[in-house]
Amino acid sequence: MNNILRINKEKALRLFKKAQLYELGKIADEYRKKLHPEGIVTFVVDRNINYTNVCINKCKFCAYYRDIDSQDAFIINKEQLKQKIQETVNQGGTQILIQGGLHPDIGIDFYINMFKFIKSHFNINIHGLSPPEICYIADKEGLSIKETLLILKNAGIDSIPGGGAEILSDNVRNFISPRKIKTNKWIEVMEQAHKLGIKTTATMMFGSIETPEDIIEHLEIIRNLQDKTEGFTAFIPWTFQPTNTELWKKYKDKINLATAVDYLRVVAISRIYLDNIPNIQASWVTQGLKIAQVSLRFGANDMGSTMIEENVVKAAGVNYRVSKEEIIDAIKACGFKAAQRNTFYKILKIF
Amino acid sequence: MNIENIVIKVLEGKRICDKEALFLYQSNELHQIGSVADIVNKRINKGYAYFILNQHINPTNICINRCKFCAFSRSKGEKGAFELTIEDILNKIRNNANFITEVHIVGGLHPNWKFDYYTEILRQIKKNFPHIKIKAFTAVEIEYFSRISGKSIKDVIITLKENGLEVIPGGGAEILCKGIRNKLCPEKISGKKWLEIHKTAHLLGIKTNATMLYGHIESLKDRVEHMMMIRDLQDETGGFQVFIPLSYHSLNTEIGGKPPSGIDDLMTIAISRIVFDNIPHIKAYWIMLGEKLSQVALLYGADDLEGTVIEEKITHSAGANTSEKLTKEEFIYLIKKAGKIPVERDSTYNIIKLYE
Repeated sequence: MNNILRINKEKALRLFKKAQLYELGKIADEYRKKLHPEGIVTFVVDRNINYTNVCINKCKFCAYYRDIDSQDAFIINKEQLKQKIQETVNQGGTQILIQGGLHPDIGIDFYINMFKFIKSHFNINIHGLSPPEICYIADKEGLSIKETLLILKNAGIDSIPGGGAEILSDNVRNFISPRKIKTNKWIEVMEQAHKLGIKTTATMMFGSIETPEDIIEHLEIIRNLQDKTEGFTAFIPWTFQPTNTELWKKYKDKINLATAVDYLRVVAISRIYLDNIPNIQASWVTQGLKIAQVSLRFGANDMGSTMIEENVVKAAGVNYRVSKEEIIDAIKACGFKAAQRNTFYKILKIF
Repeated sequence: MNIENIVIKVLEGKRICDKEALFLYQSNELHQIGSVADIVNKRINKGYAYFILNQHINPTNICINRCKFCAFSRSKGEKGAFELTIEDILNKIRNNANFITEVHIVGGLHPNWKFDYYTEILRQIKKNFPHIKIKAFTAVEIEYFSRISGKSIKDVIITLKENGLEVIPGGGAEILCKGIRNKLCPEKISGKKWLEIHKTAHLLGIKTNATMLYGHIESLKDRVEHMMMIRDLQDETGGFQVFIPLSYHSLNTEIGGKPPSGIDDLMTIAISRIVFDNIPHIKAYWIMLGEKLSQVALLYGADDLEGTVIEEKITHSAGANTSEKLTKEEFIYLIKKAGKIPVERDSTYNIIKLYE
């Protein structure tokens, strides 16, 4: 897809472990320039809507989930949903990210109703349900992943977010999220989705117990799948946020929290390694605007979403809020053109 | 002029001129310039990155200057105006006296306080906490003390020193160029005066810091000119121990505007490191940059993160969303994860403890 040089795992690992930060930055910056020579940095106007916080997975790194009988457990109702989407549309939003916990009482009908309801009221892209949710629905209903995806697509899902990937190493997963789907399931959902023409993103949550080898292996898995399907639009690395999580409270000593330097190293190696994925998102939600700006010179070319609403990271004690105007200003201050895009990275408006 | 030649010059240990510094700034070659700054930094500071266990105290926010970039100051009687008594100040320190080694004291130019009040602050702190070093009063305050006391600048500084002052902070420099100052802070002492006061302190054997507030209305050329004025004085006196670029925060200020980008912040750190071949330390002041960007700055030319601070009012008045304190453990973690060696220092950069 481009004229940049593919590097192998060994070289990537060596770079990731040994190179100076500015060396990684320089290479990643050059890769980004080759892939995006027009000097545009994009963002999408969207809102994260969580339909429930009840989740049977109870991952150790998560501060958002609740038990079903918890005081503040909820399932969203249609009124709330409608109001949230209307506000998003009013602010020029083109996408809603709908995700939630694995609620034992919610079946596929709930999702079908919800998506049909949204589509009958709004012309907006539904970026919904990460692989763990899709697998849970499939299991519950006795459907294959392919059948589940087809039903959901038919009901209104336009694209699938790359959440639940965490680190695609079962060693890590067995510790930080033992009840969550394993690596091969995550890959299977994404592969099936891509085959059905559903575009997805891919994420990586790092800064817990993973090794540098795990990170490179994660990138390798994503790159291999992308070679096969070309269904990933973007890669989104972000860091584990410890506050209020079991992982931090009980296993502090095992955790290797990611600092800003670690974050920039990961953004850079992601840009370099994932030569077949067009876009790398900066995570201002976990890093703040200043580091998000710096990451634009470490390989990122997209500021992600304006996130009119965000609850999951907020539950873990981090609350960077920014407006669309601040994102535009932040991009321009770095010498790039700022552009609003849709879910599929089509540019809607240049500011 | 090209960037390669400038880089070679720097690596050969030669000084770069203002035009070359401006050329680097305008090149936007973040990583290349950062790498040179890191090499220079390692030559001067080995792999050390410094922090200090300290506390900031602002005795008052009442100020007759009311600079247009400031969101902290109030007029007397205005809502939010405050005045600390000496007992208030001692109580604040008492809470932390078991671990801090420095207090940093700066405040507004209070219309009614006498010079004696300020010297009494110093004396009482020294009396109650003899182990704590005092870094206090910017050049702007010192000039004001001279006016309200009728003493010369020199005599003011001597009196402050006699009462316990050890280091003079670098504030009030903003941008030293006249044209910018007239627009930004017309009430404040001139750039020339600021330099004169620091020179006087240096000649009295007092170490001082130098700052640069950037990202408001100045041009890159103004920034470089500012650096050159400080470098020239340093050639004469050798009294500056650190240069501190301060990233402008615009919220609640009269001039408003937008903050500098994180990239600009890193470029400014890196270019400062390269320009100041005669100042040992470059500080990434985490209160203004955030601890994340400050950590990154350690690899782009900075070797000092300031301190635990504990309570910060000035930048937070202008919208800083950093916390008001960092712990020793946090400094050590951030510095180690940047691949540098954490060093706890005192007010004059003597090593208190190495954390290898």
